[in-house]
Amino acid sequence: MSASAQLDNYTLNFGPQHPAAHGVLRLVLELDGEMVVRADPHIGFLHRGTEKLLEHKTYLQGLPYFDRLDYMSPMAQEYPWVLAIERLLGIEAPPRAQYIRVIFAELTRILNHLLFLGAHGLDVGAMTMFIYCFRERERILDMSEAACGARIHAAYFRPGGVAMDLPDGLVDRIAEFVADFPSKIDDYETLLTGNRIWKQRLVGIGVVGPDQALDLGFVGPMLRGSGIAYDLRKAEPYDVYDRLDFDIPVGKNGDCYDRYLVRVNELRQSTSIIRQCLEQMPDGPVRHDNFKVSTPYREEMKSGMESLIHHFKLHTEGLTIPAGEIYTAVETPKGEMGVYLIADGSNKPYRVKIRAAGFNHLQALDTMVRGHLLADVTTCVGTIDIVFGEIDR
Amino acid sequence: MAEFLASIQGSGQELLGVAWIPLWTVIKIAVLLAPLMFCVTYLTWAERRIIGAMQVRPGPNRVGIFGLLQPLADAVKLFVKETLIPTGADVPVFLLAPLITLGAALVAWAVVPFSAELILADVNIGILYVLAISSLGVYGVLVSGWASNSRYAFLGSMRSAAQMVSYEVALGFTIIPVIMLAGSLSLKDIVAAQSDMWNIIPLLPLFVIYFISGVAETNRAPFDMVEAEAELVAGFATDYSAMAYGMFFLGEYANMILVSTLGALMFLGGWLPPLAFLGFIPGIVWLIIKIGVLLFFFLWIRATFPRYRYDQLMRLGWKVFLPLSLFWIGVTGVVLHLTGRVPG
Repeated sequence: MSASAQLDNYTLNFGPQHPAAHGVLRLVLELDGEMVVRADPHIGFLHRGTEKLLEHKTYLQGLPYFDRLDYMSPMAQEYPWVLAIERLLGIEAPPRAQYIRVIFAELTRILNHLLFLGAHGLDVGAMTMFIYCFRERERILDMSEAACGARIHAAYFRPGGVAMDLPDGLVDRIAEFVADFPSKIDDYETLLTGNRIWKQRLVGIGVVGPDQALDLGFVGPMLRGSGIAYDLRKAEPYDVYDRLDFDIPVGKNGDCYDRYLVRVNELRQSTSIIRQCLEQMPDGPVRHDNFKVSTPYREEMKSGMESLIHHFKLHTEGLTIPAGEIYTAVETPKGEMGVYLIADGSNKPYRVKIRAAGFNHLQALDTMVRGHLLADVTTCVGTIDIVFGEIDR
Repeated sequence: MAEFLASIQGSGQELLGVAWIPLWTVIKIAVLLAPLMFCVTYLTWAERRIIGAMQVRPGPNRVGIFGLLQPLADAVKLFVKETLIPTGADVPVFLLAPLITLGAALVAWAVVPFSAELILADVNIGILYVLAISSLGVYGVLVSGWASNSRYAFLGSMRSAAQMVSYEVALGFTIIPVIMLAGSLSLKDIVAAQSDMWNIIPLLPLFVIYFISGVAETNRAPFDMVEAEAELVAGFATDYSAMAYGMFFLGEYANMILVSTLGALMFLGGWLPPLAFLGFIPGIVWLIIKIGVLLFFFLWIRATFPRYRYDQLMRLGWKVFLPLSLFWIGVTGVVLHLTGRVPG
């Protein structure tokens, strides 16, 4: 071997078929020993052209596509779409519908954060967490099924309210879950929060400072983990969030451990939000009374001609929105999710741009893992809480 | 028992002459290995059931009552599948690696006593022999990662080489005070020396170090860096399939049982009953109970803890366990000297 022999870095192809790839992440890792020199994420394996497809669908037909973006928190994804339509139409959902939407948005937040906890635990090697979290996820998915008939792809939120009122007994089941769930969170925390190995693996890993987090376009728990208390539910309250009392958990160091703590605390906050909603929720209709926008009631359709016509028009031609454009964003479990909707006065959108939180977070992966060890890559992938449905769209 | 064995041996020698000796050895090996392999396969079943219970799920319960035939079904599956050999692999070495792992895991059992009489080869350096053989087991993992010609496997084997060597050192040092107390390298004498007091009482910290090092030595969670599925897919075993993979698997479980057995022999009094009046229960039962308890800890740890990171694991081995066990060797020596109990 000559004295000037060149030592190359070791390139490792991580994914898209990899146990910790969270779906279809492909990382090209440049390793120096076990230390990561560069992490290059490759995306697009789950691209379905959602934005283009939406241009060829009526507004109502477009709705189910949103469930399929971040399929781990489905109902929260429908939220910006129906809000954008409502705002362009200048209508507001009836109070009961608003409460139901908030309840399910928060249940979805729990759904998402449980997956985060489970998958993050699995990434770091605590496999029991995954099964404990999925036990509770199952209960929430059952509630989703009770409300709209689908466990995951709900299509429950509608412009002007929700598809239908909650069935008998569901409120009690949610109340029971909310009463019971904090003890489960305690269980998760017993397993992880104080665990020395868990802390050794998470504290000081993937540190992102507040300025850097803003530069990288972080939103949601990732941003709050870096110490910036920004939450759209407080900053620009939509529906009934301004009537609810809740805190925004904030981290201090911007490492994986803080982001974990932020999310665990959000589980507790969401539980409290749901409890408040159940107390405050009034009786009344769950759809807007403008039946050119929302589906008429079935009983009236059997006798009233007008309702029948409305129903026919709405489910063939679809609703029309006056020309205009709007950006609507809500706080989904993963952060700000926005819909930029341009309506041209027809029954189909002219253009829809979806802003997904995970896309920005993934671009930060390289910053986060540089100089860390290979094992920390999976920790960082886990802390980002990526779902490729929303990144690839 | 001893007379019965002697009579068999006597008549066998009469019948076959010199040819009897190898035959008798083979019989003895079979008598040892058959129950061992049975335990290994049922350890996989127990692991899945116990971890299943901890994770609020049933575990395998479809094949036979309580899923008891599951290991059999798994074995059949592993045997009938094709052993895939990657294009870039070094074929002879690739196939040799699982043999080394399993071979080393089984050979170590030769000197393990199950009671005062029940022992295949009663050598007076038993414990040294076990340590030497278990070091050989590293080669199986190391060689497999190299021969697979895959990047994940290569990283896995690099880790294993470092990990197993480091923990071997800590493991070795925890054994020294045990030897000092017994004054012998023979496992039989070590157990006999514990008739007054089990070694776990004077050497509790060492027992903890021994057990944790044992977990690391056998590459079990939370030290399963070598195959850490979240990072390295399956580490050194990434490219192995069918029975080649099965042999790694059997080797790993045989090693788990070996570490537990040695732990029971060296620290928990082996086949000695915990209280003298319980002596009517055969010693082998006590030994099995003690091994079972240790194995349960293996599984419990796996279900509870996240995985260590590679550098943290090395730090734990070299900076915590090694100084601690060295210190305890000193303490043991001083105490033995002061109390005048230095064995012959």
